[in-house]
Amino acid sequence: MKKYFLPSIKLTLLLVLLLAVLYPALIAAVAKLAPGGGKGKTVSVNGKVVGYENVGQQFTADKYFQGRPSAVNYNAAGSAGSNKGASNPDYQKTVQERIDTFLAHNPGIPKEDIPAELVTASGSGLDPDLSPAAALVQVKRVAAVRGISEQKLTALVTEHIQGPLMGIAGPSKVNVLKLNIALDTLK
Amino acid sequence: MNSEITGVIVTFILTLLIAFPLGKYIAKVFQGTPTVTDFMSPLERFIYRFCGIDPQKEMNWKQHMMALLSINLVWLVYAFFVLLFQSHLPLNPDGNPDMTPDLAFNTAISFLVNCNLQHYSGESGLTYLTQLIVITFLQFVSAATGVAAVAVLFRAFAEKTTEKLGNFFVFFIKTITRILLPLSIIMAIILVFNGTPASFDGKDSIVTLQGDSVQVSRGPAAGMIAIKHLGTNGGGWFGANSAHPLENPDYLTNMTEIIAQVILPMALIFAFGFFIRRRKLGYVIFGVMTLGMLTFMIPTLFSEMGGNPALAHMGLKDISAMEGKEVRFGVPASAYWQVMTTIISTGSVNSMHDSSMPLSGAMQMLGMMTNCFYGGKGVGLLNYFIFLIIAVFISGLMVGRTPEFMGRKVEAKEMKIAAIIALFHPFLVLVGTALSSYFAAHHPQIGWAVQPAAWFNNPGHHGFSEMLYEFTSASANNGSGFEGLGDNNIFWNISTGVVMILGRFIPIIGPVAIAGIMAKKKYIPESAGTLQTDTATFGIMTYAVIMIIAALAFFPALTLGPIAEYFQLY
Repeated sequence: MKKYFLPSIKLTLLLVLLLAVLYPALIAAVAKLAPGGGKGKTVSVNGKVVGYENVGQQFTADKYFQGRPSAVNYNAAGSAGSNKGASNPDYQKTVQERIDTFLAHNPGIPKEDIPAELVTASGSGLDPDLSPAAALVQVKRVAAVRGISEQKLTALVTEHIQGPLMGIAGPSKVNVLKLNIALDTLK
Repeated sequence: MNSEITGVIVTFILTLLIAFPLGKYIAKVFQGTPTVTDFMSPLERFIYRFCGIDPQKEMNWKQHMMALLSINLVWLVYAFFVLLFQSHLPLNPDGNPDMTPDLAFNTAISFLVNCNLQHYSGESGLTYLTQLIVITFLQFVSAATGVAAVAVLFRAFAEKTTEKLGNFFVFFIKTITRILLPLSIIMAIILVFNGTPASFDGKDSIVTLQGDSVQVSRGPAAGMIAIKHLGTNGGGWFGANSAHPLENPDYLTNMTEIIAQVILPMALIFAFGFFIRRRKLGYVIFGVMTLGMLTFMIPTLFSEMGGNPALAHMGLKDISAMEGKEVRFGVPASAYWQVMTTIISTGSVNSMHDSSMPLSGAMQMLGMMTNCFYGGKGVGLLNYFIFLIIAVFISGLMVGRTPEFMGRKVEAKEMKIAAIIALFHPFLVLVGTALSSYFAAHHPQIGWAVQPAAWFNNPGHHGFSEMLYEFTSASANNGSGFEGLGDNNIFWNISTGVVMILGRFIPIIGPVAIAGIMAKKKYIPESAGTLQTDTATFGIMTYAVIMIIAALAFFPALTLGPIAEYFQLY
């Protein structure tokens, strides 16, 4: 076994240099050409950064479209799902409470219209998106709070729907942050 | 057909379209015939010279295993000590602490053995330096170790009667320079152009639109995320792994990541067929593995897309199983990922498996229990080879012929090794789960960092599943988890550490030994009396052997966990 150790140690040194120094440095250099320069794509309002395009953030006020429940309260210094199992009674109680809260804040919306994603926590706790249905179901509330017509808001949501990849693969989605920024500029 | 289903189908077709030519290419790399990556040969020659490796010197199977174990031991010691002292080393912009000894033990083994079980969260448990020089480094070399081991199998059956099976270091280095590194560079570039961070800046502080102050973790993640998938490693940069919106920003990166983790295991099967000049055998193996994949995939798709019946009881019409899933992937792509990542032992997740439906959880566990449908980098084929030898033996007995594979007799010694390896995985999983159940039941208040009573994130059968999943994942070297389990404490760190290291090296040494022993035997040319191993009938036989062994060994445990939960919920 001894005759293999010396080559192994030398090989380890060389490969740490190649794979853990040169390779990440190359990727970091290439990333400078990418949108956001490899630091993540930010979104600004009036020149001030208000968030990352891909990282969901918390919206609690009724005047905003709200994202999904998060096990980490959208604190992006960490990330996690709830890891609750479907049969867990405590979990079912939490979901029931979310349904009740939603109904209280969205008068006029029947219970069966609530999309499941609005009462279940995302995998990362930082889900930046909603499905079109989950955004549209909030139009009535936001319209009432802001005094904007539902028709105008529905159009705004529709405008923000990103379709499936190349039109054929994956779900449609709405980026909640971008939608809310557009909402703030709507008069 | 809706776009979420087509997305899954397109993903699988693209995987095949890439894996097939890649298999041809890998066969050429190991044959040493000219390939497009010959520009790497000066670098390889430099590495051989610097390290004092003679690339012409061929090894027998024992020397291969000695070399493999020696270099792995060097990495283990290196990784353990760097993790232990990481806060004193540079590149720690977020000021993260050292690892405790038991956590460093677990983490070093976990990445050494290509398992990537993580009992820490990347954002707070590692520094940028250790993410790179320990984690990324081990993700490359552990994957290359698996491929170098399976290359011995290739050589053993490509020639008639030989002891010389190539050079371990050559297989290993070429796997990195010709396969893993070029593919990783391409993939990392795709990721950074879709929003995955790659810079060395620390956490960013922002004020959100609503006015909250939050911090956003970042880092040089893209390169690591590329090899994490290509190497079937699976350990995430961020805690939420590939569910994290920076680790996996959109549907395109999701497709890229799931394709990346499947292409090499698939390509190795085709490469085996090309290398030993028996393509048909390669196709039959691929067919059996695909059948195995579908056996788990179809129930998972149905169970996940069926949604959570508990939501229907609360009066919702849309009962999608979105707990632990991300909107940008949706349910079908998450279900597809769950199965693929468990059968190929990647352990990367884009949804939280702990929150998936009971039957899907059972399928994920079965994927790791069989652990050979496509399988991990190199080791999937090695595991499959064990079942193949058992199938040869049983079929031989059934038809009254001497068991033979590829012109060599399968005799008592090989069968003993195969039987031990086939039973070793259930042994590790079930003994581990029994041990943890014992502590949970009889010593719930024992003074560990997390008391056994507080291990579980879910009560009842699901809590048992959390333990069963953890040991299955450790022994299969998968690395995903039912992450609700409170696993960063001395019991789980040490027990899964030991299970991971045994679950890695014993199932590598066993099949390589069988191949080495068989390669030395006298070659008997095929005759009318030879059992044909490249037929559909024999393929079905192998499939049956795999399923019977897995079912008999694991069914009782699955009954206590996910199956019982299923009947509770529905």
